Amino acid sequence: MKQFIKQLKNGLIDQNPVLVQLLGMCPTLATTTSVDNALGMGLAATAVLICSNVMISLLRKLIPSQVRIAAYIVIISGFVTAVELLMRAYFYPLYQSLGLFIPLIVVNCIILARAEAFASKNRVLPSAVDGLSMGLGFTLALVLVATVRELLGMGTLMGVRILPEALSMTFFILPCGAFVTLGFVIAAVQKLRSHRAKKAADDHDGEVDA
Amino acid sequence: MNFGEILLMMFTAILVENFIFSRFYGICPFLGVSSQPDTALGMGLAVTFVITISSAVTWAVYEFLLLPFELDFLKTIAFILVIAALVQFIEMFLRKFIPSLYASLGIYLPLITTNCAVLSSALLNVQNGYGFIESVCFGLAASLGFTLAIVVFAGVRARLRDAKPPKSFEGFPLTLIAAGLLAMAFAGFSGVRF
Repeated sequence: MKQFIKQLKNGLIDQNPVLVQLLGMCPTLATTTSVDNALGMGLAATAVLICSNVMISLLRKLIPSQVRIAAYIVIISGFVTAVELLMRAYFYPLYQSLGLFIPLIVVNCIILARAEAFASKNRVLPSAVDGLSMGLGFTLALVLVATVRELLGMGTLMGVRILPEALSMTFFILPCGAFVTLGFVIAAVQKLRSHRAKKAADDHDGEVDA
Repeated sequence: MNFGEILLMMFTAILVENFIFSRFYGICPFLGVSSQPDTALGMGLAVTFVITISSAVTWAVYEFLLLPFELDFLKTIAFILVIAALVQFIEMFLRKFIPSLYASLGIYLPLITTNCAVLSSALLNVQNGYGFIESVCFGLAASLGFTLAIVVFAGVRARLRDAKPPKSFEGFPLTLIAAGLLAMAFAGFSGVRF
């Protein structure tokens, strides 16, 4: 249980796939125009990540290592197609607003990276937890960026008006705003991380002195 | 489509709806391989090569294999397999027959399989219902737009190296903000409508 909590914290914060490992930039920039879209994209990728991690972990002794990348891509694209069809059936407006980025989950480097780095070496249950925590970390990062962009760009959050319309700056909804917002969010994360690292080093020094 | 319409579509794909700056396809290589102008050009040319060929091949696969058997819901799987095989094949072909080109493009080729620009241009061709010539022209134009973006951005990054930003902005955040400024320049083209 302790192990699982550690994995969850790792995926959400310490090794966040977007904000720390800097993977999966295309959907992070493209689908964060509103919190709804970001949440939909994040959860769709999480579902694919859990399923593909479980499947690859189950098959890890059967897949020859020379063709493993091709095998992973086939497994991942199978699950992506399933998620795409499910979303078209049950969440049609979301399916339309995410557009091509649902099939493009196939080439999202986070999923292939977790398959290669974790699921191919670990048992089924830890792999599923790894998929869940990395997927939630991805979702968290998307929602963070989308909150800034939707609030400043349209003055709304999940469609509910927060700021008066006169204050909304279209810049943040445009593609250029996506790059700039993500740049500032990652800068803030780096600032926090260096602050924490410094604090930890100070604490450590204190212990040595005592 | 007649000749004029194709030319117009290509112009739109290169500048107005640039793959990097307005559609966000292929951001990973754009940020990863743009630190030197000459490697950026190599990556851009390799991508152009693969996208143009894959547009033709995926069109054929879709038209003659998936549609007749009503398997078009499998297009994502089929296309990614075609692209992976094609990249592998192009790599082998170049190594054997055009070693000089292989020497300059070789290291970028394996990366292209997971470049979402390739898969998305194949999927866009299907979505827009393009025929064979339109598909190839669209693939060529989209990848030329990618090349333009990555080469211009490599020039910008060469200048950024001498900059002294605040510590937390060093590296990735500064690169992203510079890309944002460049995207603003490209946003100017969105006013061009025909």
